[in-house]
This record gives sequence, structure tokens and C-alpha cells, in this order.
Amino acid sequence: MSKSLEQVIKDICEECGKDRARLMDVVNAVQKEFGAVSSQAMDLIAKELDIHRVEVESVVSFYAFLSPETKGEVVIRLCNDIVDKMRGVDSVAKAFEQELGIGMGETTADGKITLEYTPCIGMCDQAPAALINDMVFTYLSSDKAREIVKELKKHNDPKKIFARSGDGNNAHALVRSMVHNGVRKKGPVIFAQREENGGLKKALSMSPVEVIHEVKNARLRGRGGAGFPTGMKWEFTRAADGDKKYVICNADEGEPGTFKDRVILTEQYELLFEGMTIGGYAIGSDEGILYLRAEYAYLYPFLQEMLKQRREKGLLGKDISGKTGINFDIRIQLGAGAYICGEETSLISSCEGLRGDPKTRPPFPAQKGYSGSPTTVNNVETFCCVARIIEKGAAWFTEIGSQGSPGTKLLSVSGDCASPGVYELPFGVTVKDLLQEVGAEDVRAVLVGGPSGQFIGPEMFDKTICYDDIPTGGAVVVFGRDRDILKTASEYMEFFVEESCGYCTPCRVGNVLMKQRLDDIIAGKGEPADLDYLQELGETTKLGSRCGLGQTSPNPILSTIKNFRPDYEKLFKENEEGMNPTFDIKSALSDGEGIAGRKSVIYTE
Amino acid sequence: MDKPKIATASLAGCFGCHMSLLDIDERILKLVELVDFDKSPINDIKEFTGQCLVGLIEGGCCNEENVRVLRDFRKHCDILISVGDCAITGGIPAMRNGIPLEECMNEAYLSGPTVYNPNKIIPNDKEIPLILNKVFPCHEVVKIDYYLPGCPPSADTLWEALVALLNNKPLDLPYELIKYD
Repeated sequence: MSKSLEQVIKDICEECGKDRARLMDVVNAVQKEFGAVSSQAMDLIAKELDIHRVEVESVVSFYAFLSPETKGEVVIRLCNDIVDKMRGVDSVAKAFEQELGIGMGETTADGKITLEYTPCIGMCDQAPAALINDMVFTYLSSDKAREIVKELKKHNDPKKIFARSGDGNNAHALVRSMVHNGVRKKGPVIFAQREENGGLKKALSMSPVEVIHEVKNARLRGRGGAGFPTGMKWEFTRAADGDKKYVICNADEGEPGTFKDRVILTEQYELLFEGMTIGGYAIGSDEGILYLRAEYAYLYPFLQEMLKQRREKGLLGKDISGKTGINFDIRIQLGAGAYICGEETSLISSCEGLRGDPKTRPPFPAQKGYSGSPTTVNNVETFCCVARIIEKGAAWFTEIGSQGSPGTKLLSVSGDCASPGVYELPFGVTVKDLLQEVGAEDVRAVLVGGPSGQFIGPEMFDKTICYDDIPTGGAVVVFGRDRDILKTASEYMEFFVEESCGYCTPCRVGNVLMKQRLDDIIAGKGEPADLDYLQELGETTKLGSRCGLGQTSPNPILSTIKNFRPDYEKLFKENEEGMNPTFDIKSALSDGEGIAGRKSVIYTE
Repeated sequence: MDKPKIATASLAGCFGCHMSLLDIDERILKLVELVDFDKSPINDIKEFTGQCLVGLIEGGCCNEENVRVLRDFRKHCDILISVGDCAITGGIPAMRNGIPLEECMNEAYLSGPTVYNPNKIIPNDKEIPLILNKVFPCHEVVKIDYYLPGCPPSADTLWEALVALLNNKPLDLPYELIKYD
């Protein structure tokens, strides 16, 4: 057995060219083959790649989908995002637990099935959902869960439980997924009829500088959420010193409530690849990387095939479209379940085969990115916009949307609404109109931009979705009349506590402290001064964290303090004694009383 | 008009902060001109005689008696100050917080490498206050108004803070008094 492990690892490493930078691919392959990256496997990988064992171990311990302990042959990862909870994931979880006879995070005694929770898998519009190995199961119910377990007990092959494919390319032989696209509204940019590779053809007839100029004229801003001007980013990357440059597409769509990139990757991948190729041409790069989140691994074989087809058509590879000297190819880097890798410098770390730790900026990736070379990292949707801008011209693009935010935005809408799904709407749409469009009535709150965005209440529904008013990377979660906003905020804080990489103390510790204080308030042990504490701690965490995670993680609390203050205030009780209501002397004494074998005479109930 | 009153206590601390208070040297004469001392180990007054303006707390809470004293201070002091790292964070005594209480007791009284305890007795007289599951910083038990960090805060820090407070002036400590390495 150990010999076969050795041989398999040797083969895997050789397949990856014994390249240390491909460590993610190596460990992903080992995990897939053996259900674990065991201690012994780590030694062998280190030996094969000629690196220290700790480098392998630090990667294995970082990513949620990798584990040193052997997991079951089948791993059920049930998504416990807020939206799934709203849709009754708890009863699904109970059904799984009862039927399997194990709890969350456990493996059945025969080593066949592991059951665990995972954060948002990008299926909020068809929640509750689960990943069973690479396969996505949507619209789960307790009955379906029982059915799945019964089937698994027969053959332990999730592929055999396949019910019916979703629409569009979800039915493609290489996808065969039950996921539905859920495109509810098509707009003029992403989901419009277009000339195949029209953008690329036109780009190649222009000079790279002209391409960048066009993108700048279109005033395109990054669609991932931060909204940095794309043309400017490309200009910096083009101007930076370096023979080798990289184009990276961020398809690590991890923000809870976001699933728009899923649909682009399924249906508009051509537009994306076109955009990436234009990017390569514009900045002078011959290599692109598509960083695909592990939750979307079911799209991996399909996307590989589509890249292959583009190569065959001469749209990727050497001398693109017959233009001599213009080379560009794309490889797909699969992630392994880490929210933080959606942050561009973490994503680069991950591509380099390291833990997904953010890097200190400056230098920005445009100067020193992937393996120290100038790199542009853009969102999936951004690349699609670029291809359309070049095809139709900047003037066409700026006519759509609002003054400061031209173009359309894909919004992933989920939660308490009649029609969850993906909407392509022009920037500048009011929240009120959006809610009407999605069929949401009696709304108490809307979370725009996911937990790192903000909670807004009805008095703000006249505001518009755009970079200058309410910016968003695309997540819109609707909360109806009866939802508890503070409990929701607490759940999102739990998410950030889990996903913080731990490098910056304000983020590692601050999020924990904020969540604790919020939970105390929810438990009725709060006082008005707690709001000042939360405000200050939140601001400190934002200020003292080096990446976007810590800079936005206090938002669930800060935005609810701002927009839902009465929710907090009604939980406060008068406390004139100056005692801290969270301190419970009886429970603090429980162990001491037990060991001494006597009861306190000072605190007798 | 009566002089304002001040009280001090050492809970789960080492008395180092009180020593630091004594380090104000001859300024203690000025201090008694400014204030009267109520309950404090310095004058050995055991119980409060009335309401105080300022209470200085050294050390966190490791047992039920600490909690009783701290709550008593909160009731009797208009302004309560956590003095030193143990009061503010739990400090050295809180190092036990990660270890189950029973294990701590066994290590301390039975199995520690330097323990001589042939009769295997863990002290347990009814006069001994019951120990808490973990050591709590003061602000987790009562509301604390100000914090003076340091191990201990220097005499100058304590002096400047008290004088500012008693004269109703903002406290502006020079850099030397708030750097700790």
C-alpha cells in the first residue's frame, strides 16, 4: 500500500513538472486519490518537489477541502450559509445526521461517508444545497436528504443519484450538473447576442495601448466589488518592468450570496476567455490563469475542454488568430475552499502553491504579482465587459448605466423573494425597483454586497446600486419582515471568524471579540456603551488589517449599528449598578465548588 | 469642604502596582493633602466607611472574594480604574485559563516537580475563598471607567493620572510613561 502511495505521488508530481508552484494541483490530486493528504504523503510530496515538509503541511492545513486525516470516500458538504438556513437547511442537516447516524464533521464507522458544513457554495438561488464530492445537489429537503443517503448506502457513488440536469450547459456531457442557471434578466452587456470573438478580432486590429485607452474611455471599474478602474490597472501592469507578465481571472466567487460568476462560467465562458485574451494582448502577457474556486470544480472538465477547443481554433496558443508573435494561453488553477483566496494577493499566493495568505501592498500585483512578475487580477465579469467594450466601443458602453458607473451589473439575488437568480441590470437601478423586479414584498432589510457590504433598511431603498451610492460585487440578499437582523449579522461574523487567515491581529482577534459582544447583546446582556465598543473595535479592525477581509469584516455589525440601531436598543436593559451583566458568578464558580466539595457561602443563589 | 476619598485593593495581583504607588516617594505627602484614603491595604482599613471618588484596582478576579471586593468597590467608587496588566487582562494569573482547573490544582499541590506534600492534601478550608473557573479581567465583572496599563504602571504614571483626575484636567501622559519595552 505504502509503495503505491509513493508511486502515485511520484506520478502526480511528475505530471506537474515537479514544479513547486503547482503544489495546489499536487495536493488536490492527492486528496482526491486518497481522501487525505496524510503525514506520510506530505513527506513524499516534499521530497518529490524538493521543498520542506512544513511548506506542504502549511498548505494542507490552510484549505478547507484538504485534510491530513482520511475523510470518507464520499464527502457531503452541506452549505450552511444564511440563505440556506432561511430555506431550512437545519432540517436537511438533521435528516442527514439521523440517516447516517453521525454528527456534523464526522465520518461513518465504515469510512464511507463524511458529513460536514461548508460556507456559501454559490447556490443561494437554489438553496439548500450541498456538494457531494464534486457534485452539486440543489433544492434539498429532509426527504431528499434521506433518499440520497439510502442511495449512497447502496453504491456510494453520488453520480448514480443524478436526477435531472439543469438548463443550458449544465446538461453538457462534461458538466452533467443539476444546477440551474437562473438567469432572470438579460442585459445588453453580458447576456446579449453578440458576434463571436468580435471583441478579440477588433482588439488585435488595434494597438495594445489603444485597447487600454478604449477600456479607460469606457470608465470600466472592477466588478468584484472594490471597483478599481480596469484601464488604469492594465496601464500600470503594461508599464511595469518585467519580461513576463500575467493575466489572472478571479473566479473564486466566495462572497456569501454571490453566484453570478457561476453562470458566466457555465454560459458565457467564451466571452470570459475572449476578455482574458484581450487582457493578455493589452498588457503584453502570454500567460493567463483562471483561478476557479473548488466549489465550482464540477465545471473544471468542461472549461478545460472549451479551452482546448479555443486552442484548436487558433484563439489561444501561438500566433493568435494568425497574428504573428501574439501568444496567449490560459491554465486553470483550482482552489481548495478558502474565502480569503478571493482577495487578489491571496489568490496569487494560492496560484504560487502557497497558503492563501494575502501579501503586503505595496508592491501591488501590477508591479510584483504572480511569481514576482507584473500581474493583473480581474473579476470574471470585468473581463466579459472588456470584450464587449472593445467589440461595441466605449461610447456604447458609457451610454448604459449611470454617470459614475457605466455598464450593467450582474446581481445575484437570493433570500426572501419570489424569483431568486441572476439579474443583469444597468448601474443606477434603485433598490426599490430591484426589489420589485425580484418579487420581494414586505422587506425588512437588504444585504447589498454580501456580508462585506452593508445591511440597509426600507428608508434607504431609494438609493441606487452603483459605485458612488451603494457599491456591490453582486450579492443581494433579501430579508423579509420576520427575520432577525442581529442574529443574521452574528452568523456572518462567525463566517469571518472562520475565514480570517489570522495574519493581522485586529482581524483574527477583533472579529471574535465583536461577535462575542454582539452575542451578549442578543442574549440580553448588553448595554448602550456596547455600541461604542463595537464601533471602535470595528473601526480598529478595518484600519489595522492589511487585506480586504479584515477591512470589511466588521461591516455586518457597523452597518446594522448605523441602519438598524433600534434593533440593538430594544435589547438593552437599565444597568445602574455598574455590574457587567455578562458575568455569571454561579457558572464561574461551578468547577471550584465541585473540586472543593462545598458551596459558596458568599454567593448562595 | 471634605477632601475627596480614594480606595485601593489588590485582587489577583502581586502587590507590585501598590509598590509602584508607594514609589511616588515624597509626593505621597502631597497626595494626602489632596485626598483621604478609605479602604486600602496602605492604611489597612478593611471596609468602606463611605462613598469614594476614585478606586484603584490591582489584579484580576481569580476567586469569589475578589469578585465580592470588586463589586463592593464598584458600589462605593464614582470612578473605578483598572491599574496594571493583571487588572486589565488577567495577566500572569490568567495563564491558567487554558488549563482545566482540576489539572491546575493537581499540578500546584500534588504532581508539580517541586511539590513536597506527603499527605496529598489540597488546601480546602471553609475560610479559603472558592476559586473561579478562570481568571477574569476586572472589566468582565464590573464596569471600569479607566485603564492604566503597565507591569506595573510607573509611579509617575499613577501620580500624573491621579493628579489630572483630582483636578478635573485631561490626562496627557508623555511617551516615556506609556511605552513598555
